[in-house]
Amino acid sequence: MRVHPLNTLMLISPAAVLLVVMLLLPVITVAVMSLTDWQFGAATLNWIGLANYVELWGDPVFRKSLGNTFLYLVLVTGGAVSIGLGAALLIESDSQLRGFYRTAFFMPVASTLIAMAVVWQFLLHPSAGMVNQLLELIGLTPRDWLNDRHVALYSLAVIGIWQMSGLALVLFLAGLKSIPQDVRDAGALDGISHPWERFRRITWPLLGPTTLFVVTVCAIRALQVFDTVHVLTRGGPNKSTEVLLHTIYAEGFSFFRMGYASAMTVVFIAGIFFLTQVQHTTMERKTHY
Amino acid sequence: MNRPSLLFRTARHLLLMTGALIFLTPFIWMVLTSLKPADEIFSRELTLLPTRLAMVENYTEALTRVPLLRYLWNGVVVCAAILVLQILVLLPAAYAFAKIEFRGKTWAWRLVLLALMIPHQATAIPTYVMLHHAGMLNTLSALIVPFSISAFGIFLMRQFFRTVPDDLVHAARLDGMSEFELVWRVMLPTAVPALFAFAIFSVVWHWNDYFWPLLVISSPELATPPLGTMFFRNEEAGINYGPLMAGTVLITAPLLLLFITAQKRFIEGVTLTGVKG
Amino acid sequence: MPEIKIKGLVKQFGATQVLKGLDLEVRDGEFLTLLGSSGCGKSTLLRLIAGLDQPDAGTIHLDDRDLLQLSPSQRNCAMVFQSYALYPHMTVGQNICTPLLMRGLNFWQRLPAMRWLSPVVRRKHAEAEISARKVAQSLGIADLLDRKPAQLSGGQRQRVALARAMVRHPAVFLFDEPLSNLDANLRQTLRAEIRQLHDQLGVTFIYVTHDQHEAMSMSDRVAVMREGRILQLGTPDEIYNHPANVEVARFVGAPRINLLPGEIRGNGSVWMLGRQIGHVEGMPDVNGEPVACQVGFRPQTNTQAHVDGLAIHGPVSAVEYTGAELIATVKLATSGQSCVFCLHSSHPNLRIGEPLRAWVPLDQIHIFGADGQRLAFCPHPVLLNAAA
Repeated sequence: MRVHPLNTLMLISPAAVLLVVMLLLPVITVAVMSLTDWQFGAATLNWIGLANYVELWGDPVFRKSLGNTFLYLVLVTGGAVSIGLGAALLIESDSQLRGFYRTAFFMPVASTLIAMAVVWQFLLHPSAGMVNQLLELIGLTPRDWLNDRHVALYSLAVIGIWQMSGLALVLFLAGLKSIPQDVRDAGALDGISHPWERFRRITWPLLGPTTLFVVTVCAIRALQVFDTVHVLTRGGPNKSTEVLLHTIYAEGFSFFRMGYASAMTVVFIAGIFFLTQVQHTTMERKTHY
Repeated sequence: MNRPSLLFRTARHLLLMTGALIFLTPFIWMVLTSLKPADEIFSRELTLLPTRLAMVENYTEALTRVPLLRYLWNGVVVCAAILVLQILVLLPAAYAFAKIEFRGKTWAWRLVLLALMIPHQATAIPTYVMLHHAGMLNTLSALIVPFSISAFGIFLMRQFFRTVPDDLVHAARLDGMSEFELVWRVMLPTAVPALFAFAIFSVVWHWNDYFWPLLVISSPELATPPLGTMFFRNEEAGINYGPLMAGTVLITAPLLLLFITAQKRFIEGVTLTGVKG
Repeated sequence: MPEIKIKGLVKQFGATQVLKGLDLEVRDGEFLTLLGSSGCGKSTLLRLIAGLDQPDAGTIHLDDRDLLQLSPSQRNCAMVFQSYALYPHMTVGQNICTPLLMRGLNFWQRLPAMRWLSPVVRRKHAEAEISARKVAQSLGIADLLDRKPAQLSGGQRQRVALARAMVRHPAVFLFDEPLSNLDANLRQTLRAEIRQLHDQLGVTFIYVTHDQHEAMSMSDRVAVMREGRILQLGTPDEIYNHPANVEVARFVGAPRINLLPGEIRGNGSVWMLGRQIGHVEGMPDVNGEPVACQVGFRPQTNTQAHVDGLAIHGPVSAVEYTGAELIATVKLATSGQSCVFCLHSSHPNLRIGEPLRAWVPLDQIHIFGADGQRLAFCPHPVLLNAAA
């Protein structure tokens, strides 16, 4: 049955218009803007080609930001995936209290990060914070977790892991469920009964696609870190917690160098794009089994 | 399978309970501190439970220092408006992509897939400039309009609509329904579970969004919960931890309550963010 | 001689009791089928024998060894699953080798790098591969050894599952509805192959299915199960021709057995359709009151020729033509109940409403008492000769 083109147009047009105006055009604008030296409020702009990118390459703040972001990404992704996988295996191995554990680990994911960041700021307070008070109790030296430039990024990474593990856990639980019980039964009959053997020969191989998926999900999220940095450290001390989005924010909305910030945004988009591609290819492989 | 041994069970509980407690500590500490008076908070020793209950003072301070309830209300309004707009826009489009053949469909779909990969922070700069020129900065509309289109929503609902039998659509058309009526009377009812998961995904995402409100909102009365938290913290100058924690309890409570009451659906919705990336 | 003795097996899942005190003895080397519809407990029983579940009560002994003390792999049972349960990430060859490697190497030898480090491990791997190839050849899948399960058809996957089971030389083979996922033609071929395999190996096969055709054509003995109990255990011939109770009679045989109501009078005489057709033996004298009973005869057991038999007549209410035969439903003239008869397709074409008269030979009649149990029936030929 043919639908009148006018009807179809009416169905699609709001979405299409908004898609172009709110998403696609802005992205193109960002790419174009990155080739100019435009500042917000300036009357004119100049075409400067790739000069912004050249400047980026040599900009020590940007390089530090990129390095920090990458380090943060690796730490948080590694931590969240490990904890998520470990907890998922433990939870799934028995039936008691499954709901409770899942809720406990997932709660950070469900909570408002900004609010919890404020709580963490209190927890990490050098004198009144619970963490340092606990450390003193057991005889370890307390540190100024958010203001010491040697540990600040790691403190933020801990918060990031805390916030992300629940998501990894839930994704792994779903992946574990999809391993057919029959294959496990066949393994039991064949003599695969020791937990390590079961993990190595059945669980881990069959979890492969899920693992890749979880890693990319966490990586993409980690790359977008901003809230905790802005709330807790503002990129300091000494730019030790400066991250990509925060640098973009500072350049674009504090210094209003929007051309330069656009170039950074392009780098950011490229990173996300790359990770998304990896994710899509792993999702293809997921359907193979 | 065989029942696990008592030793295994105990070890498992030990490990998981320790992890659970560590993960829940910030929440527990937040609530406990919101009940403590200032002298107990700043004492050198580690005290768990408050000896003197300062609940009323802390929560009153939190509610009166800044318009906390206003922040929550703004959050509700903004998220509801975004969700309604999103559904109004995406549902017809998803239906068209799923059930209608039209010229340019493949190209249009490719655009949707492309839009899917764009992280929302990437469009901040041009959108900001656009809103500035439209005089819309520092309004609730600035928070709502840019998000009225959800490429992910179109993607998700199209996938879902494809599983709806074509015959249902044919029968409705034969009954004389226009395409619009079809979308709202036939497709929408079948889509409720998927829409629910999407609704949670959208609400949680926009309720927790800090980046965009930070950019476009400067007046406290228009702040959403995350931005409001920042105003609140700056007000309290980081000293009055009692009321500060009381404030964060109030701000996180809505989402956490939603989570606890609708756990499965909540998790479903949030894991969709994983699919989106 | 390995023999499986099962006593008093009870298994509960939540609130439902799936097995209610089941006893079974499986003879050495026999092909025993557990037959029943879904939910009757046959798969549960199989899983208990394999060790994949633990019973709540009861014992299982294989050759005087208490199986319940042993883990699944120690029980020397191999299982073929309905979904094949092949390891998706391993090749066919690796799938078949797995049981050999798990048994032949200890925990330390099985660690990842050991294959390259230890010559003993290398040798064991090589031996396993040779055994796997031999078994694969015997099943005709030797050219598939390097493929992954996802690349195989259903029938090929099932053969790989068989190979993996065979390579262990188990004492017992367990089959959990292995042919249900295959199409009809493939099912026929594999049915014959499995039966041949049994005759070749001479090992005990325990086979679970809901398909009575499979059960009847493949088995030495059949255990008909329902709601956690064994209704009857016997050869296919016994099950079909001497069903122990009305449920077994109804389950086996297609189209279903005809059951008409009858009456047993105080003196043991059996009456049906207003006439006495014989008497039953061994019924306790029930103070003269007539007791209801059921008279059963299979749709295939009828003849147009006038014989010493039960005469049934009435108008035809439905006809099905299957090519090989005509399946006619007849409404009894006297009581309005229906009977189904299978007639040869050469029978003159029947039309709805046409009268049909058939005779059921006496020795083909089964009598079931009020409790559903079979009763010893002696027909009275003289009386049956009277016109209906």
